[in-house]
Amino acid sequence: MSQIEMQGVEFSYRAQQDKALAGIDLKVEKGEFISVIGANGSGKSTLAKMMNVLLVPDKGSVTINGLTTSDPDNIWQIRQQVGMVFQNPDNQLVATLVEDDVAFGPENLALPTEVIRQRVDQALKTVGMDGYQSHPPHKLSGGQKQRVAIAGILAMLPDCIVLDEPTAMLDPMGRKEVLETISRLNREENITVVLITHFMEEAGLADRVVIMQEGRIRKTGSPREIFRDTGLIAEAGLDVPEVVALANQLRQQGLSLPEVMTADELVDSLC
Amino acid sequence: MLIELKDIRHIYQLDDPVVALDGVNLEIERGEFLGLIGHTGSGKSTLVQLLNGLLKPSEGQVFFEGRDINSQEVELKEIRRRVGLVFQYPEHQLFEETVARDIAFGPKNAGLSEEEIENRVREALELVGLDYESFKDRSPFNLSGGQQRRIAIAGVLALKPEVLILDEPMAGLDPAGRRKLLELLIHLHRELEITVILISHRMEEIARLADRVLVMDRGKIVLQGRPAEVFTERERLKEIDLDLPVVTDILKKLEEKGLKVRTDIFALEEARDEILSALEKQSQFRESRPC
Repeated sequence: MSQIEMQGVEFSYRAQQDKALAGIDLKVEKGEFISVIGANGSGKSTLAKMMNVLLVPDKGSVTINGLTTSDPDNIWQIRQQVGMVFQNPDNQLVATLVEDDVAFGPENLALPTEVIRQRVDQALKTVGMDGYQSHPPHKLSGGQKQRVAIAGILAMLPDCIVLDEPTAMLDPMGRKEVLETISRLNREENITVVLITHFMEEAGLADRVVIMQEGRIRKTGSPREIFRDTGLIAEAGLDVPEVVALANQLRQQGLSLPEVMTADELVDSLC
Repeated sequence: MLIELKDIRHIYQLDDPVVALDGVNLEIERGEFLGLIGHTGSGKSTLVQLLNGLLKPSEGQVFFEGRDINSQEVELKEIRRRVGLVFQYPEHQLFEETVARDIAFGPKNAGLSEEEIENRVREALELVGLDYESFKDRSPFNLSGGQQRRIAIAGVLALKPEVLILDEPMAGLDPAGRRKLLELLIHLHRELEITVILISHRMEEIARLADRVLVMDRGKIVLQGRPAEVFTERERLKEIDLDLPVVTDILKKLEEKGLKVRTDIFALEEARDEILSALEKQSQFRESRPC
């Protein structure tokens, strides 16, 4: 059993409207890091919302660790297992202190105070925000706010985090902080990560990339496989990362180069 | 000189006052394409809001064509018409029932005739690459995010500004939407000779588009010059945690490994040619890969 299983998922926001999802089959394994790319309106966010029961399919099925999202009795269990981070850091934090915000989820589980305390401190430590317990969230930078939002999810001890363009509103430093945090959670805590992004370089960090177009999955594969297919990338209205674009240009001029994803890989293969 | 900022300090008077700008002097020439980079909180957005009088500096003066825009004699309405400002996520400010009415809002307030307003709306829509007939009567709220963004920009362009300021206009757009918007900016600057001031977190964009780059940190302009000058200051940029454009980073790393390449290049094609010719030159001296 895969952690996330989608079978023949279809969904429309309103009847008679174009399908936002038009038949999705996707499996995500425990501990995997996948990224989802696609043009605006291709169905990425709808796909993400299927993963923690913000939406349920019109047709087909979504199961999380074997629990179907169509059964209302499963909602809270699934939401504890799959947490979601959104684009705007200012819309996600609700409390006046960082620690209260992170404690919001576990408090709703009616856990004993000392367990909550321990979870909050541990979660803040994991995202590199230890020491900010009694800070007001509005005084934090965008990157810090997103990390607090992630900590709020970690305090629920989830199996999986789904992030919908978490860095779109951040500056370069904030982006770096959030991406490093996500990668570390995946590597060290074995948390499954689903990252939706318009930044092709971010997509390259994942084990597997999913390209969406018009409510369907066009292709899945390793970043190298995906970004090799420049025809498909262009068709889906996407780009290849700059490093890959430069390597492609060099290759077209007859230079033989291995497939590269990072600046260092390109430099090492040139020299 | 089109715009001049003189000894600007700006303080937000909150419970805990924040010094947003701290001693800024800046001159902007007509027809320039200015790129503004720096972290959140470095003062970029405050700076641009001074340029059309949305904010009045706590200290110092802002001149437009030699006139102090915050003095009695100058009408801010005129300045705001001539200096257009596109905020972050401008589509959040769409409010009218139809696309045409939303774009017409500014021209209407400027007191233009019905006929002139319609012309302006038509022109502005066409500039941003949307067909007038098929979009004018649609609700802006039923359009895609990228289309909404372009309509919001059209609303500013309909006032025919001489200066266009854009605060992170590409944020949240997909790669195709991003490309279209970049092409629009290039067109506005080159063909219509509009002075453009662009705030962006993407170093590649700034490096490729701007004539001059300003780097801001903690309320000050800490570095400025042509992209080739600014982005070769790797250490200085690193101190304030800013990245190099990807292509520059690659060229720098090649240079460190002993390949003789120029590092003040930002376009992919140029970088490709530079790397190929450097490799060729070196291999004339050695058999295999040079470094």
